[in-house]
Amino acid sequence: MTGLLWVTVPYVAFTSFLLGHIWRYRHDQFGWTTRSSQLYESHLLRWGSPLFHFGLLAVLGGHVLGIAIPASWTAAAGVSEQAYHLLSVSFGTLAGLATVAGLGILLYRRSTVPAVRKATTTIDKGMYLLLSAAIGTGMLNTVGSNLIGGGYDYRATVSPWFRSLFTIHPQPELMAGTPVSFQIHNLVVLALLGLWPYTRLVHVFSAPLGYLTRPYVVYRSRDANHPGARRYARAWEVSAPPSARR
Amino acid sequence: MKLMAQLAMVMNLDKCIGCHTCSVTCKQAWTNRTGVEYAWFNNVETRPGQGYPRQYQDQQRWKGGWTLTKRGRLTLRSGSRFKRLLNIFANPDLPTVADYYEPWTYDYDNLLSAPAMDTTPVARPKSLITGEDTAVTWGANWDDDLGGGPQQVSRDPVLAKLSAQVKLEFEQTFMFYLPRICEHCLNPSCSASCPSGAVYKRSEDGIVLVDQDRCRGWRQCVTGCPYKKIYFNHKTGKAEKCTFCYPRVEVGIPTVCAETCVGRLRYIGVVFYDADAVLAAASVPDERDLYPAQLGVFLNPHDPRVVAEAERAGISQEWIEAAQVSPVYQLIVDYQVALPLHPEYRTMPMVWYVPPLSPVVDALAGTGHDGENADNLFGAIDALRIPVEYLAELFTAGDVGPVRAALRRLAAMRAHMRRVNLGEPVAPEIAESVRLTPTEIEAMYRLLAIAKYEHRYVIPSAAGADAHRLDALATGCSLDSDGSPGMTAFDVMDGKFHLTAHPSDTNGAAAPADKARRINLLNWDGKSTNGLFPAVPISNGPVSNGQISHGSATNGAEPVAERTR
Repeated sequence: MTGLLWVTVPYVAFTSFLLGHIWRYRHDQFGWTTRSSQLYESHLLRWGSPLFHFGLLAVLGGHVLGIAIPASWTAAAGVSEQAYHLLSVSFGTLAGLATVAGLGILLYRRSTVPAVRKATTTIDKGMYLLLSAAIGTGMLNTVGSNLIGGGYDYRATVSPWFRSLFTIHPQPELMAGTPVSFQIHNLVVLALLGLWPYTRLVHVFSAPLGYLTRPYVVYRSRDANHPGARRYARAWEVSAPPSARR
Repeated sequence: MKLMAQLAMVMNLDKCIGCHTCSVTCKQAWTNRTGVEYAWFNNVETRPGQGYPRQYQDQQRWKGGWTLTKRGRLTLRSGSRFKRLLNIFANPDLPTVADYYEPWTYDYDNLLSAPAMDTTPVARPKSLITGEDTAVTWGANWDDDLGGGPQQVSRDPVLAKLSAQVKLEFEQTFMFYLPRICEHCLNPSCSASCPSGAVYKRSEDGIVLVDQDRCRGWRQCVTGCPYKKIYFNHKTGKAEKCTFCYPRVEVGIPTVCAETCVGRLRYIGVVFYDADAVLAAASVPDERDLYPAQLGVFLNPHDPRVVAEAERAGISQEWIEAAQVSPVYQLIVDYQVALPLHPEYRTMPMVWYVPPLSPVVDALAGTGHDGENADNLFGAIDALRIPVEYLAELFTAGDVGPVRAALRRLAAMRAHMRRVNLGEPVAPEIAESVRLTPTEIEAMYRLLAIAKYEHRYVIPSAAGADAHRLDALATGCSLDSDGSPGMTAFDVMDGKFHLTAHPSDTNGAAAPADKARRINLLNWDGKSTNGLFPAVPISNGPVSNGQISHGSATNGAEPVAERTR
């Protein structure tokens, strides 16, 4: 059971994440978009979206710090366990609160604004469910276990387990004794990672940082890149009637 | 110098009767799809009026186009690149669908399916966004013909720039129609706003397009365009815009809006310009210098040095010859009667307008004067502040000089041609008073009034084998017949905008279910009516009037039926 949950499940999720993205990038450039709903409604989004996104970016940074970087490294850098705990709990709580507030506004908006609700697809709903669960359980861990409770040193168990997955020497036994709330959080996040490439979340990987350095106006030659060359090829191949094509 | 070619358009506003045929045919060809119901790549707005989307010209609010920094450098009005990226999660300067209008349809089915009752069933308006009942309160041309009265008209942002006195007199004075498409600017701020680099200017013909595969839906281009001519497809999550009907112009036929223009007021031609000079011209400190600065960017295609440079740039002989007889270049540079729309946005727009003289003539005639008399007209152009100042706010950043000059030339042409037509002796001083010769003024008259199709549209086709391939697309080929793997323009559209669902599409089809059965004007070359009328199966009843009058009931219907593939 431990092996299934903490070796098989993560590798399945990672495989889906990786191959899913490659497949989607190669075959569905047209669907690769934020599918913004700002055109329908702007006022709630103005508050909810930046709160959520900036909060989540901070949360992500915190996870990198807490999971990717071993405790021994921070200790070597002169950061005591107590100082780390204080930092992670305070900033984690702040970032988490911003994320939860943003998500709350966005979910409220999505469920109450008719146009936005109508534009929500099935996979969107699944994604929102997993995302909310991931953020909710994460918040529970930070606030419940680490702020109010006595604190749990996940850097001794969860973090090394997660890193062990990438060295191809998985150590599922590290996860065996962890609190249930941490286990649930991990499983929810793994499920979210598995679903990721098939949702709008792919837009994360299109963060347009190149915009800061490229020339303002983009020129492209009609001949050089053969826009639509692939499409013409596909159109010639397809010669079935509309019923068969759909 | 970096010589580039640009396909540009001029519209003669004196001839626009506001019939919206251009808008309707454009919509029929390009935007009758789910997600862009509210989008009109071509729209016709009544001036004065709010325009579409409402008050789009108010750049204090919408932050479109370029502005100068304190140090005189050109920057997006909506802020630096860094600021744009910080605003990427919620764009504060994005119009919502309410600023355009909520698209709607009617519940026609209720008219047929309602049970028998005392009252007549009605077709309720239904929102195309939510599918719910809706109240229709605004549309793309709601204030058409000054509809809505002074309350609506006074919200015109251009009017707000004029003095109070002018505003009060305004609604008694004049109105005219302004058809608008994408300006295909030399310095496009939409492209500059796009974080993904998906909005690009084609280096062969200057057409500004959105790469549907690269667009990630950051919607910054909608803010960047001061003309609000980029639309966000809310179904596919991608930006879309006027394409200058590139599948058509690539094979040498005009855009759908120009092809179907009832007043024949549109001109399409090639203009050569110096791409290296664009930035400096767009950065001149005084907004009123932008119109002359843009004129300075254009290159004279008759100059041997320009021709040599064009050849060096790899521009084909066909294009050089087209530039030399370009009606657009003649109207913009030779006669200087065409003016750019809102040069103060600093985007160097390339759809120019011959300002309307009719309001001046009408005002003159209204006071009992002879509206065709040169002296009366010249006097009126100088004395009538209102139309001229309003036109100047539209076309020359408020500088009345060029507008007066253009109107005086139109007035001189009118007066001169009346003498010619009435057999009166020609008075050369009329032409001379606007620095033209009688021969020139008659040539200008021919171009503006009676020019034939091939003189209004001088469009060189795209080069080489590519043109051959596209030729087959836009005009239909023999393989389009029953069961053959033929390609139609619909397939081009289908490929670009994913009209029919492809297996990998995550959003489903962007087209209504019967899209494939609808007629696509993109195919139409203006030469025949074949395929323009829907096929009616014989078994369904008598042949409709339309088909009888066109005498092509079977022949005309067949290609449409074939396009259902």
